[in-house]
Amino acid sequence: MQSFEYRQARSPEGAIANAGEKTRFIAGGTTLVDLMKLDVERPASVIDINGLPLDRIEVSPDGGLKIGAMVRNSDLAWNANVRQRYAVLSEALLSGASPQLRNMATTGGNLLQRTRCYYFRDTNYKCNKREPGSGCSAIDGFHRIHAVLGGSEHCIATHPSDMAVAMMALEATVHTRGAKGERSIPLNDFYLLPGSTPDSENVLEPGELITHVTLPPLPQSTRSHYLKLRDRASYEFALASAAVVIRTSGGRIEFARVALGGVGTKPWRSREAEQELHGHEANERIFRAAAEAALKPAKPLRDNAFKVELAKRVIVRALENTTQTA
Amino acid sequence: MSTSIIGAAVGRVDGKLKTTGAARYAIDHPLDNVAYGAGVFSTIANGKIVRIDTAEAEKMPGVIDILHHGNADQLYRPAGQFEHSRASEARPPFEDDGVYYYGQFIAVVVANTLEQAQDAATRVKVTYAEEKPLVHLEDAPAPTGEPVANYSRGDAEAAFESAPIKIDETYITPVETHNPMEMHGTIAAWDGDKVTLYETTQGVVNHQQVMSEVLGLPLENVRVISPFCGSGFGGKLFPWPHSMVAALAARRVKRPVKVYVPRSMMFTTVGHRPYTKQRMRLGATADGKLVSIQHDVLSTTSKVDTYVEHCTSSTPMLYTCPNVKAVQHLVPLNVGTPTPMRGPGTVPGIFPLESAMDELAIRLNMDPLELRLRNYAEKDESLNLPFSGKHLREAYQIGAERFGWSKRNPKVASMRDGGLVLGWGMSTATWHAGRGGATVRVRLNADGTARASSATQDIGTGTYTVIAQVVSDKTGIPLNKIEVVLGDSSLPPGPTSGGSTATASVMPAVAGATNSVVNTLISIAQRTQGSPFYVKETQGGDPPSLKMTKGFIHAADKAPESGVPFHEILAMRRLSGIDGEAKTGPSEEMHKFSGHSFGSHFCEVTWDPGIARLRVSRWVTVMDAGRIINRKTATNQILGGVVMGIGMALLEETLYDPRNGKPLNNNYGDYLVSTNADVPAMECIFVEYPDLNLNEYGARGVGEIGLAGVASAITMAVYHATGVRVRKLPVRIEDLLGHV
Repeated sequence: MQSFEYRQARSPEGAIANAGEKTRFIAGGTTLVDLMKLDVERPASVIDINGLPLDRIEVSPDGGLKIGAMVRNSDLAWNANVRQRYAVLSEALLSGASPQLRNMATTGGNLLQRTRCYYFRDTNYKCNKREPGSGCSAIDGFHRIHAVLGGSEHCIATHPSDMAVAMMALEATVHTRGAKGERSIPLNDFYLLPGSTPDSENVLEPGELITHVTLPPLPQSTRSHYLKLRDRASYEFALASAAVVIRTSGGRIEFARVALGGVGTKPWRSREAEQELHGHEANERIFRAAAEAALKPAKPLRDNAFKVELAKRVIVRALENTTQTA
Repeated sequence: MSTSIIGAAVGRVDGKLKTTGAARYAIDHPLDNVAYGAGVFSTIANGKIVRIDTAEAEKMPGVIDILHHGNADQLYRPAGQFEHSRASEARPPFEDDGVYYYGQFIAVVVANTLEQAQDAATRVKVTYAEEKPLVHLEDAPAPTGEPVANYSRGDAEAAFESAPIKIDETYITPVETHNPMEMHGTIAAWDGDKVTLYETTQGVVNHQQVMSEVLGLPLENVRVISPFCGSGFGGKLFPWPHSMVAALAARRVKRPVKVYVPRSMMFTTVGHRPYTKQRMRLGATADGKLVSIQHDVLSTTSKVDTYVEHCTSSTPMLYTCPNVKAVQHLVPLNVGTPTPMRGPGTVPGIFPLESAMDELAIRLNMDPLELRLRNYAEKDESLNLPFSGKHLREAYQIGAERFGWSKRNPKVASMRDGGLVLGWGMSTATWHAGRGGATVRVRLNADGTARASSATQDIGTGTYTVIAQVVSDKTGIPLNKIEVVLGDSSLPPGPTSGGSTATASVMPAVAGATNSVVNTLISIAQRTQGSPFYVKETQGGDPPSLKMTKGFIHAADKAPESGVPFHEILAMRRLSGIDGEAKTGPSEEMHKFSGHSFGSHFCEVTWDPGIARLRVSRWVTVMDAGRIINRKTATNQILGGVVMGIGMALLEETLYDPRNGKPLNNNYGDYLVSTNADVPAMECIFVEYPDLNLNEYGARGVGEIGLAGVASAITMAVYHATGVRVRKLPVRIEDLLGHV
């Protein structure tokens, strides 16, 4: 770990004012501290934002939800509003990490979680995300845990978050504050594909701070669900997961949103799957068609080829679970 | 003699210390003026160190010294191959400029704080002359050396050729890494030419011996202290390089030095269970009698030592069969040296045997339990000796009844629970029943307490508790008045905690030492004026027979309370206390027998074909492991073994990068072991037949047998549920995904 300057922010304005090019904000620290110990993250200064008053969950005037960036994953998961109205988010959060980590990890921090790619996490390997232009050790290495969607010849690292996948399906908006003022960024526009610049993972400017996330209200009787598949039953990142938000009427799908985890280089919203579903009768045939459409762009490699089929299965099951009459 | 304490479900006497954090583990020991050593580990797996540039690191704050092969004092090679001691790696650290595996200790930076040492260690620049490493057995040429195991009876090849039913399959078990919670670590503190090592070890006596050899010191100049061990699983049986590095560094800087092995290097420089590739050929008659067993094993070792994973150890004795051949060869790789891991040899070795038995049962359309009963070994055919107690038939029967095995429909995917497919599996378990030497001292104190001490150690299995139980059994002194002192090489020499032998080895010595001190006390009671048992020298005839019960010395034919509390007898003589000591060796009686424990596993998996989700859902284990001394700690050991076996079957595998030999999943997040959520309802039953040939209590160790056979029971259940036979562990989602 390299030496760094540490300060505590007393206000969002103060945090932003003191942030420079090589500053990292530290919230729960569950990713940042880990990567600093590995010398993967080498900030010159760290600004602790744990004291900022961004830890509230409020119902918005439009009936949606406003979630402070510092709300802990466990608090968000067990919030009554979230559990009742945004089940997909609660389920996603509770499927992630362990209780101890969830007690520390925050809403803003989780959106910025970094990949578990073995080669990203070890400075002895080539990694375009860590060291632009150095190459990718994963493509020729073990890549069972890597992405089949959204990769490039420069990077196939999987985005690890469960929460962000649920928020993609909920059409969340990220609210930030930075040197240029406040911004509201639809989560769908927040993440970047690796392309030839896998070091750029999102649209945040240096020193820009996530202040909160808003969720729009969902129409009455919308159902939502997160299903995560992995090797063991707990404390593991997804091999494939699906977040589904869906409303049916008389057996017909009025609208459906589908997002995937564990298979994409970013939390993966599948418009292709949604188009297949829209307006159709909810049945296994259409679910399979949606799954096929979602994975059509997949580019699997030797070790992660199974994820294509696994992702299809998780989509179908998540749709079944949300459309079966109780 | 009260017997109630033996066999009872007694809580750990050290439980409170552990749960409150008061138990002091190796690097917890507070020493004044301690310095910290951080390792520099090789980032290549094969080659030579051309240059170690320490200039930048030396200038870092707090750095005291940097040791490496170019400047460190000599360490001698351990005499293990000539003596009874054993080190983990024949090559001591810093011996030369060679790099033989990724994560090899190549330098240590000593600094005033841990952070300073770690930071400076990243500034040591190492230049290598790298050669292509050989990291995987599958990439290695076929071995040409002498076999390391070569057993034969009858003519297995001919019998196989003429057998009407043949099974010929190859099975693979991956590298598994021990990963105890407490990482390896040492504090070395010198006083003149004597060194004290605060360690986490499964054998303080062996550690002392090896370190005296390596450092070139008289044995008595080395003291090893290890009061608690955050588990070992075999990985802490024998000293590893960090312990030697700590001793070298502390001598150099003239301060105590603390070195611990970071989690990532727990995957490189402190052992693992090696990769095995095992061809199993079974020949049988149409009615399921085995006529031939051939077991051909390849297992891996390192370039710096020879470690044999004795996969064939159970093959010649588990079933009756006239023709058996078992051969094993080693393949050296550019990986760290393997070492025993819970159930070494038998655990990976029984996987192909039990799997092949299931494949044979399917071929014969026979119940796999029935197949095992038809080939039941009434004696050990490899030694031509009777078993020292074998009640496996009963273990099969009880397990089958508790599990409901008779309701099994053998057809694949035929059993369901709602939308889930059920798969059932069973397996035989075995582990040898061993006993070694031990010396124990037991003291009865004038304050009414007792103290038992021995240079063995409790690695989390319950040794402290079991020893206290024996002292209590022999004296009636309650457990809360018995202090047990272990984990210090200056105590009377005790056994290594390995091979499931510690309990069986130490109990006879505890019993002997306690009997000895009680006899001394009785003699004092008879020779002390004022004692109600005083025997005048002029008095004729035999004095009344005395015994000790409930803490009282009393007439054997009268109630304990009619006698005198033992500490009052000590007070009459103004004694602080008296000692008894006993030294015991291996059981002489056992030469006439083959000593093994046995058991049966029955398990259920649930398979959700739509999403390829497989979970273990039910487990029944029945163990024939002699008399159980502590029902709670014994059950804990058996079920802990099953939990580890679920990981072996479904999760565990150390992934080495073939390019540089690095274990890629070198942390708790990426190296998967069973979590609580992976563990089903489990039941553990003991059929209790004391093995009195082994020791007076008839107790055998239970640390390892729980793991043996678990993986094959699960792959059998997986087959039953899915129709897929997985012969390469662990079972992965992708193995099953294509089959709905």
